[in-house]
Amino acid sequence: MQPILEIRGLQKTYANGFTALKGVDLTIRKGEIFALLGPNGAGKTTLIGAVCGLVRPTGGSIAAFGEDMRRHWRRLRARVGLVPQELATDMFEPVLRSVTHSRGLFGLPPAPALIEEILRALSLWDKRNEQIRTLSGGMKRRVLIAKALAHEPELLFLDEPTAGVDVELRRDMWKQIAALRERGTTVILTTHYIEEAEEMADRVGIIRKGEILMVDDKAAMMDRLGRTEALITLAQPLADLPEAIAAYPLSLSEDGRVLCYRGGGGEGGGAGTSEVAEVTKALTRAGIDYTAIDIHESSLEDIFVNLLEGPEAPAAGDRGEAL
Amino acid sequence: MTVFNARSAWTIYKQELLRAFRTAMQSILAPVLTTTLYFVVFGAAIGSQMSGGVGGVNYGAFIVPGLLLLTILGESVSNASFGIYMPRFTGAIYELLSAPVGVAETLVGFVGAAATKSLILAAIILVTATFFVDYSIAHPFYAFLFILLISASFSLFGFILGIWADSFEKLTIVPLLILTPLTFLGGTFYSIQTLPEPWQSAAMANPVVYLVNGLRWTFYGTSDVAIGLSLGLTLLFLALCVGGITWIFRTGWRLRT
Repeated sequence: MQPILEIRGLQKTYANGFTALKGVDLTIRKGEIFALLGPNGAGKTTLIGAVCGLVRPTGGSIAAFGEDMRRHWRRLRARVGLVPQELATDMFEPVLRSVTHSRGLFGLPPAPALIEEILRALSLWDKRNEQIRTLSGGMKRRVLIAKALAHEPELLFLDEPTAGVDVELRRDMWKQIAALRERGTTVILTTHYIEEAEEMADRVGIIRKGEILMVDDKAAMMDRLGRTEALITLAQPLADLPEAIAAYPLSLSEDGRVLCYRGGGGEGGGAGTSEVAEVTKALTRAGIDYTAIDIHESSLEDIFVNLLEGPEAPAAGDRGEAL
Repeated sequence: MTVFNARSAWTIYKQELLRAFRTAMQSILAPVLTTTLYFVVFGAAIGSQMSGGVGGVNYGAFIVPGLLLLTILGESVSNASFGIYMPRFTGAIYELLSAPVGVAETLVGFVGAAATKSLILAAIILVTATFFVDYSIAHPFYAFLFILLISASFSLFGFILGIWADSFEKLTIVPLLILTPLTFLGGTFYSIQTLPEPWQSAAMANPVVYLVNGLRWTFYGTSDVAIGLSLGLTLLFLALCVGGITWIFRTGWRLRT
């Protein structure tokens, strides 16, 4: 199937000499939710801006719906929607008029029924005659989403949709985004909340310093890079790692009371947990007693942190040895 | 692919006019009040001391075209410059930049709305003036044409100013330090023929002189400069502004990073 968006070698160097994008390649499939994950300043917003016409790329190409974005910007932009990170709009406008305006700006005939449906879906219909400035932060962001949906985009960019939004509203926003996918909209969202990517995305791309480090299905990424971590609390402190368990990826805490296991990455899942079981048996055989085992699988967050600290930053503490 | 999307242009135009009515006190009442004050001070108080008038025209009536120009020039620049500067300042411009909208729609929308506001103001001021002085318009068609051209070209100029400015200070400094002095020194309230040399010759370098005199000719059939020259220079200024804006959109200067 033809990708809905195909970015090749995209570069952006700003007038002040700062290079925000260093040759980004990215392919987005139709109908998916793609999360672009990266720390602040990684180039997420620049990447979105380049596709949506806010940023002029200094190199590379962008094709949307199979056509060159630069050449056919007029008809392609009509099919793309953008919800910016900043809550920036004319705050003195009433909600309904602002959203209706957005549709007209994209050159489409009025569609009051559609606008009503969008506002109702975002729980904004009751607020339709209120000035946007009087709404809460979460409501304001929904207005921006409604504005971006008013021209029925097939591809929607959400730049940090839940930045500065409380937990409840964030869950609510995730529901809205999931509903968009149900309607067939392809969604690209940027976030620095790993939880968000983990919860929402079909695929995840990790970007750092203007480069895409990795793009993969979320599940595959977690499989491939996932790790098991187990903390075994010992009944008696040990001075050194005993011979019997030296073959396993274990480390001993400073006070000698906790054995820390980290391993099991690579093919498939379950390798880590069964290895932990072996460790416990070995401990029993060696006559080492333990009082508790705390075991957990690493989250996307651990993967993310490891990747970011990975090749460039010096290995910091116990995070470093995990990779 | 160059098509003109009339619906987009109309949407921007409507939005900008609505914004003006939302701030009607500021955008309509304030200029009317200011104009009234000018009539009271210059027309009634000072004009009554000038028995002969200027070039056979009663002084109160003589200043009507000048006052009209002063207002529409200032309002066109401020409306258009704020219209585009505010979304740039708040970031709301993202919507315009991401929309399938080109230079033509943007100009018709923003500049058309600013010019429309100026035309409405011009009409209000002309009506207001009838309460203070008797005046007549010798060439109504040309008067309308001049007012239209001045509104459009200074709205375009304001639009460029609003894109160029990267602070509120710059936004207000050009009207304050350049346009206002040029307008006052441009014979708005007097005939430049009353100036001694070398000021009279120096005044001819002031572009506003040609605007004021063009407009004054349409009212009273007399002018310090040839009407053809006035019209030509106004059209030239209009063309320069259109050229400037086309360049801005082609390069994305100050709009797209």
